[in-house]
Amino acid sequence: MGSSSSSRNKIPNAQELMDQTGFSSAHLLRLYDRFESLDRDNRGYLSPDDFEALGGLAMNPIGGRIIDAFFSSGIPWTFPPLSGFWLISVQLTETVTKKEHSKSSPTAGPGSSNLYDLDRDGKISREELLQVLRAMLGLQVTEEQLQSIAERAIQEADLDKDDAISFDEFKKSLEKVDIDTKMSIGFLK
Amino acid sequence: MPSRTVSHGSSGRLRGLFLVMVLVFLEGSVFTLAVASSDQRSPTTAHSGGHKATDHGSHNNTGKAFPVLDLNYENVRVPFEISLWVLLASLMKLGFHLVPHLSNIVPESCLLIVVGLLVGGIIRGTGETVPPVLDSKLFFYILLPPIILDAGYFLPIRPFMENLGTILIFAVVGTLWNAFFVGGLLYGVCQIGTESTSILSRIGLLQCLLFGSIISAVDPVAVLAVFEEIHINELLHILVFGESLLNDAVTVVLYHLFEEFSGIGSVTLLKGFLGVISFFVVALGGVLVGVLYGILAAFTSRFTSHTRVIEPLFVFLYSYMAYLSAEIFHLSGIMALIACGAVMRPYVEANISHKSHTTIKYFLKMWSSVSETLIFIFLGVATVAGPHDWNWTFVTVTVILCLVARVIGVVGLTFIINKFRIVKLTTKDQFIIAYGGLRGAIAFSLGFLLEKEHFPEREIFLTAIITVIFFTVFVQGMTIKPLVELLAVKKKQEAKRSINEEIHTQFLDHLLTGIEDICGHYGHHHWKDKLNRFNKKYVKKCLIAGERSKEPQLIAFYHKMEMKQAIQLVESGGGIKMPSAVPSTVSMQNIQPRPPTKPAAERAIPQLSKNKEEEIRKILRTNLQRTRQRLRSYNRHTLVADPYEDGLSDLLLKKQKMFQIEKKLKEMNTYLTVPAPPPDSPTMCRARLASDPQAYSIKPASNKVPMIQVDLASPQSPDSVNLLDEFGQANQQEEEEQGLMMKPPSRPREAKKPGEEDEAKDQQKLMRCLSDPGPSADEDEDGAFLP
Repeated sequence: MGSSSSSRNKIPNAQELMDQTGFSSAHLLRLYDRFESLDRDNRGYLSPDDFEALGGLAMNPIGGRIIDAFFSSGIPWTFPPLSGFWLISVQLTETVTKKEHSKSSPTAGPGSSNLYDLDRDGKISREELLQVLRAMLGLQVTEEQLQSIAERAIQEADLDKDDAISFDEFKKSLEKVDIDTKMSIGFLK
Repeated sequence: MPSRTVSHGSSGRLRGLFLVMVLVFLEGSVFTLAVASSDQRSPTTAHSGGHKATDHGSHNNTGKAFPVLDLNYENVRVPFEISLWVLLASLMKLGFHLVPHLSNIVPESCLLIVVGLLVGGIIRGTGETVPPVLDSKLFFYILLPPIILDAGYFLPIRPFMENLGTILIFAVVGTLWNAFFVGGLLYGVCQIGTESTSILSRIGLLQCLLFGSIISAVDPVAVLAVFEEIHINELLHILVFGESLLNDAVTVVLYHLFEEFSGIGSVTLLKGFLGVISFFVVALGGVLVGVLYGILAAFTSRFTSHTRVIEPLFVFLYSYMAYLSAEIFHLSGIMALIACGAVMRPYVEANISHKSHTTIKYFLKMWSSVSETLIFIFLGVATVAGPHDWNWTFVTVTVILCLVARVIGVVGLTFIINKFRIVKLTTKDQFIIAYGGLRGAIAFSLGFLLEKEHFPEREIFLTAIITVIFFTVFVQGMTIKPLVELLAVKKKQEAKRSINEEIHTQFLDHLLTGIEDICGHYGHHHWKDKLNRFNKKYVKKCLIAGERSKEPQLIAFYHKMEMKQAIQLVESGGGIKMPSAVPSTVSMQNIQPRPPTKPAAERAIPQLSKNKEEEIRKILRTNLQRTRQRLRSYNRHTLVADPYEDGLSDLLLKKQKMFQIEKKLKEMNTYLTVPAPPPDSPTMCRARLASDPQAYSIKPASNKVPMIQVDLASPQSPDSVNLLDEFGQANQQEEEEQGLMMKPPSRPREAKKPGEEDEAKDQQKLMRCLSDPGPSADEDEDGAFLP
């Protein structure tokens, strides 16, 4: 990519960002272009409707949650934090693969748990699980079936029998799933 | 069942072993006789043609009495010998497991080769010529396809696809590297290291390269045989195994290429270029043929709902046709077979009946098992039989070069691959991958196929191939297990696929697809998502019959799990006598194989109509009348409350619960899973004990027990002690409202679940109480477990 210095100057604090995130300049440029194309009204930061305009997210069953997760933290999504977010997905997988599963499974961490846990009480209750299932399975299944699946899921994961899945239980139930290979987005270098 | 094998004891095993040895001995002698007699008969058959009867008659004068007992071996010779071989193979398999400890130290493949050597030795010892059993045609068209189909049909698609890049690099680049390295260096050694008059120096470069390409392919049969026993983690298994499957394309191309070249004798650049193109044609063509047949098979299975019996046949036939069709065009038959199996599986499984599924599974396992055994035995026999030309230099250099090439190849490729992988391959992984590169019968058969005219050094090659095979199978095969232990390589985790995993995996997939969308990055997940959508929208509608085409994957998975548990429950718990309290807890443990079981699993149960329930209740009540009365007479506390005696119920409930809690306290540590006995109508539990197999999918509330523990100190009424969400509330509500009636379906969240849960437990209790023999045991049990 012809990432000349002029285009790099487009990005504020480019060098700083590159150092922080470890992305290459071509990479960063690509992300910046994406940022600009998302930011339709050129406000300099992203807002929910920018995301909603993305067709893919609209089709995604949990698209709404992703958008919420982005914006609920209150950070104005200018470019630096955004690149930071993108970094997280890549970086976390690297730390995880250094075989520190037990201590920090950050990919299965507050990020994804929060996507389930809408009311932020730190647990995934049956209702929340039901909502997730409803979103993913849509109208193809009856309410009963959804409930029984949710029931079963909670039964399997819920070790302290509080009828909700806490973050630890969540992590434990996923220990067999190889999170690192899943939570990985291979960026082209 | 574990209990039965334990009771077998060592004496039983020895006895079994002895019997097997006798059988084998008999069979072996019959076999030798058969071989001997066949040789004697063959000249006579040449003369007499088809007239066996007259052959006999000609020995005697005409007008002789009608032969009452006649010996005519020739007619049945071929099928007879085949059956003898298969029988020998199967008896061997039996025998190995009877010999204590042997199968732990030595992998089965080694033992089978030894047996083959023995049989070959015996045959040769009796002076007969050893039959050329490992005929290439037999091998490639009959023995190999079942193994590959078994592998392809049950290929774990997800890990395979995720690691496809790595696998392809190992298979293609790795095999090429091996072939050229071994071939080239061998040629160098032959030319330089020996005198010019030695036969070695006459081996041309092309021949060496051909030899290299034959010997460099990792063999799926050997890998399967050895890796199956060591249970390493899924990643390594799929890497080595996938490599062994996919390198077939490379092997086929190289083989034909070099064979062609050494026949003609001139190599041009154009031909080299064509060789590269032919590689793509062979590989992709094979896959295409496989996919085509796979889709055909899936489509056919859509219409088999009325002829369930022949469903498995379609699966086998289409796959075999795919293999043969690919072989017609010199495409990679193995890849066709794998593609066919992998493509057709999801659709066929959605269409066929459960019994057909079981049939397919077990037939495939059976055939592949027998095939594998036969292959190794034949390898042994062929070693004894085959013309050998032992050349120290050649053989040792080959062995060393193979090892070195493999190690260098793996290390070098991993270095490159790790740049693109998220989960890097560690040194341990690399070592196992390198060490697991076993050669096997495919190499031998390919070598056997070589023609003598073009390859005067064929015998040298064969000897070397056999030596390498022996080395890898024996040395590497035997030592890989201790090495795996030593290096503490991650083992395969017992795959209990829980519904949680499935939900969260799907959720993560969606999440990552979403993130990729935001990033504008069309990566792995994006394409997978697109493929899934396409699949759901178009393909499934065509290939899956009826309603199930709309069933989302999660639901299908859920149903599968339910069915599995139901069947497990029936097999382990239904109707088994539980003589006393202690064993009954053991069998309860068996019944609930997975502690986190789900009481409300009777998702299927809601389908029982009211009428059916009534019917069932009536039947059961009449049959179980006696039991109930007997129990009643022993202990007032354990009164099985009659649904029609409403007045009694509340009082009894309370009493029973107190009693149960005390019992629980005492017996807490002895029980792994003890269903909390929620008071409920016994008729409900009887209703569950229905002929409806799905009703058996009770998941006794095993989880409930710890809860009781926790809440014991609560000052609340004993009812709330149960404090399971559904249960506690259920019971309370029950107490308030209706005593022992069935739960009203109007309960807000869990429509019928509490009822079902109760029923689940009751059913268990009922099963126990049905089989309780003696009064004293009964009392305790009833106290604990009957309402």
